[in-house]
Amino acid sequence: MKALIVGCGRVGSSVALQLQREGWDVTVVDENEDALTRLGENWPGTFLVGQGIDVDLLREAGIEEADALVAVTDGDNTNVVIGQVAQKRFDVGCVIVRVLDPARADFYSERGLRTISPTKTAIASLMDAVRSCEIPTPVRISR
Amino acid sequence: MYAIVCGGGKVGANVARSLLRLGHEVTLIEKRRDRFERLEDEFEHQVQRGDATELHVLERAGIARPPDIVLALTGDDEDNLVTSQVAKEKYGVQQVIARVNDPRNQAHFDLLGISPTVCATSGIMALVEHEVPEHDMIHLLELRKENLEIVEVQIDRDSPSAGKRVENLELPEGARLISVMRGGRAEIADGATQLEEGDQVLAILEPGKEDELRRVLLRR
Repeated sequence: MKALIVGCGRVGSSVALQLQREGWDVTVVDENEDALTRLGENWPGTFLVGQGIDVDLLREAGIEEADALVAVTDGDNTNVVIGQVAQKRFDVGCVIVRVLDPARADFYSERGLRTISPTKTAIASLMDAVRSCEIPTPVRISR
Repeated sequence: MYAIVCGGGKVGANVARSLLRLGHEVTLIEKRRDRFERLEDEFEHQVQRGDATELHVLERAGIARPPDIVLALTGDDEDNLVTSQVAKEKYGVQQVIARVNDPRNQAHFDLLGISPTVCATSGIMALVEHEVPEHDMIHLLELRKENLEIVEVQIDRDSPSAGKRVENLELPEGARLISVMRGGRAEIADGATQLEEGDQVLAILEPGKEDELRRVLLRR
């Protein structure tokens, strides 16, 4: 199984490392070559430097044979463009993109893109946490 | 007409200014504070600050009316793509024009159905080819929606078409000659037009017919 991870920040690098440990053949793309350090000393997969919307780079990264593509650059718009190119042009079966802005995440998920919005997840978790707090009943102090 | 112009750089600001001069209603959207403040002196309430790929920013600018046209003119191709998709597909804007900064991204705009697009680099390169031809067939214009293109061909002495009338050429299906430029003057080409050495011929054709046309006109 071949996975392509575009964007090697905290999230992208962790996903890449975990997939690799689970036996995937992983290729990581990032515009900054220093991002390779996030993958540790002995990264056994492929790492390419360049822009994730560059079709030549995506081909070099093996998008034509990829089973999965995860777009997690720091730009929402870059991620949705890469995701749509992977889905519509290269027929990648499993395409997942990160979209921080909840409104844009909803728009693109309605249009058939699998979007993950950490902002929405955080809002939901925070709300659950606040609702589940055990608020002590206020004690009245009478003189 | 109501137009929303996204991106207040040189291109966006000049387009907004030109539309206002023509008497149109315009809202210009600019993300960067420094640029916005400069634009505000000139455009006053007609410029708003924000990221034109954010739905609430577009809504504040009146995208839900919807405007007659949205112009996505920032220096960022991904942003222009997203603004165009949101305008067309979420708010039903009928006309969207998008700027392509990096010609390599043209394919993404085509893939996602964003048309028409304008790419200064591609336009300049087409002109360079026209002015300093390196090829025997120069692409002058691509009509994407119509799926046609206009090319220019120079007839030389060895061309099999030199000395022939247009009606006697076996032009491929899906290709027509438009005009002939000779001695600095252009004429519409009809069946009786006779091609001569040195003619610059304009032709309209379906993409993919270039080789057949080249064979008939130039035998190459």
